[in-house]
Amino acid sequence: MNLATWVTIAASAVGAATPLLFAALGELVTERAGVLNLGVEGMMLVGAMSGFAVGVTSGSLWLAYLAAAMAGILIALLFGVLTLSLQTNQVATGLALTLFGVGLSAFAGRSFVGLPIHPLPALHIPLLTGLPLIGPLLFHYDLLVYLSLILCALIAWVLKRTRVGLRLRAVGESPAMAHALGEPVTRIRYLAVLFGGAMSGIAGAYLSTSLTPMWTEGMSAGRGWIALALVVFGTWKPWRVLAGAYLFGTVTVLQLYAQGLGVHVPSEFLSMLPYAATIVVLVVICRDPKTILLNQPASLGRSFHPGY
Amino acid sequence: MALFDHNPWPLRLERRQKPSAAMRICSSPLAALAMLATGLLVFAALGKDPVAAFRVFFVEPVSSVYGLGELLLKATPLMLCALGLAVCYRANVWNIGAEGQLTLGAIAGGGVGLFCGAALGHWAQPAVLAAGVLGGMAWAAIPAFLRSRFRTSEIFVSLMLVYIAQLLLSYLVHGPWRDPAGQNFPQSQPLPDNVLLPPLLEGTRVNVGFIIALLLAALSWWFGTATAAGFRMRVGGLAPAAAAYAGISERRNIWLALMISGGAAGLAGICEVAGPIGMLQPVVSPGYGFAAIIVAFVGRLHPLGVVLASLLMSALYLGGESAQMELQLPASVSGLFQGALLFYLLAAELFIGFRLRRVRRAPAAPPASA
Repeated sequence: MNLATWVTIAASAVGAATPLLFAALGELVTERAGVLNLGVEGMMLVGAMSGFAVGVTSGSLWLAYLAAAMAGILIALLFGVLTLSLQTNQVATGLALTLFGVGLSAFAGRSFVGLPIHPLPALHIPLLTGLPLIGPLLFHYDLLVYLSLILCALIAWVLKRTRVGLRLRAVGESPAMAHALGEPVTRIRYLAVLFGGAMSGIAGAYLSTSLTPMWTEGMSAGRGWIALALVVFGTWKPWRVLAGAYLFGTVTVLQLYAQGLGVHVPSEFLSMLPYAATIVVLVVICRDPKTILLNQPASLGRSFHPGY
Repeated sequence: MALFDHNPWPLRLERRQKPSAAMRICSSPLAALAMLATGLLVFAALGKDPVAAFRVFFVEPVSSVYGLGELLLKATPLMLCALGLAVCYRANVWNIGAEGQLTLGAIAGGGVGLFCGAALGHWAQPAVLAAGVLGGMAWAAIPAFLRSRFRTSEIFVSLMLVYIAQLLLSYLVHGPWRDPAGQNFPQSQPLPDNVLLPPLLEGTRVNVGFIIALLLAALSWWFGTATAAGFRMRVGGLAPAAAAYAGISERRNIWLALMISGGAAGLAGICEVAGPIGMLQPVVSPGYGFAAIIVAFVGRLHPLGVVLASLLMSALYLGGESAQMELQLPASVSGLFQGALLFYLLAAELFIGFRLRRVRRAPAAPPASA
């Protein structure tokens, strides 16, 4: 194992972390508004499929990401109408969204299975990219990787420092109080849900057009659920979610390089790692009840009907 | 009025004085009808004659004794998993990993069948079924332990364990349990004959698992309505604070719910392996454990409803296969219908507790203050 291999591993970990980061940041915003959308996996798959389909037919990856975000928004709208306007149970509706998204993407994407697509090119910044070590580690990713980092900073700032963020958090902590103060609770929650949908859609498209440039049924393989767990792991804070996403990116990638690292374990056990790691980090986070109690939006998962 | 969110529609949702009994019964059939209408539209959009497609999807698969047998055969694992999940969901325990518990049941029961089946003689079938139940319970014990000990969400844990269980099964049939005479196919040896569950009826494949599922439905009815434990679980689900005040142990409810649903899912797994499949292979279930979530809700978490809903869901699976063969539609079309069914149901359930009222708008309804 030489240094160059480690740099390669680190760089591919960043790639694997990016879809997790997009989806988890979107869900973080949704949950900070008090809405638990368990449909991330379904929204990611719909985004992955529509992004891939548009990318292949139009040849433009930017259109692909746009389409994926739109598809994510549309399907999140369905969730919003059911949970916010029709007051359905958020857990059950989220599960329904995942099951529906799996079926819809498999059905609508069947003619795109096996087609090739060109992923986004990695940036080439004069001078910087050419630097030894630092170049490939920091300055040789595609634009979406940098976009995800910018978004993370932006979301952290908006939530903590701006009026918009304050209103969003108020709605998530105490919708009744926010409502009494004249906040349009339902509308804010809708916007948060749609934002989550767009981010999940982009996460899916990154998966199908850049990370593994192809479309197959159910290709997200639980990443949507891992993203949901990351929000808990990051205690609803953007920077911690970022750290979690990179940790999981590393775990995912290590399993691919494990044979080269001299670990002789059947591949199935290595593939279990991200799932097992999810359980372990959740247990670690939940062990102290105060961690959850102090950080979880107080009204997470509860319906709010302004009419009474 | 000024405090309300701005409502652009001329209709308003209004809570009913008491839940509507009629809607409670009608919501599931209504959802099924809405799904059917959607299905016909999808068929029409795909350029198929809706009536012919309907025949292929829903009528032809069940128009023979064999077809009816298949309906009951596929309903069995759905019913078993969904009965357990209904108990869970009523107790507000969100086990969504029935698919993983089913897989572990298949592994545990299949393992006993493969390695001790021939030696067990007449006791082989009960032993294998018991092993399946225990396997499912063991897998469900993990989220039960983590939730009751560390308050870790059983939603995530049970779901992550689905992937782990599937990878474990894949490892076993690709590695140590692979049939040496199987021409390198990733599958185990066929289970010995005395382990296999024989068909109940000549000319069909439906086995004793279906009878067990029906008995379990009756049992769970009795458990839910006539036992103290069932009552405690319902209270724990409906009003956790009241339950805690009354001294009902949340920990016990969590364990009981997950053991019941894990065991039932494990039984579903071994009934598949010792029934129609007859060996272990990388995939033992086309998502029965996930479809069972829908079945539990469409059955309104009631044993009788679950029995009916599992027949409907089984018909969707059969219809999907039939549409694949005869109309060249992808099998995933049934996945689409399943998801749509649950959406319609959730929307229809709204009208149990609410009704739509027309609103006469005051001349200057103030918009939401921003």
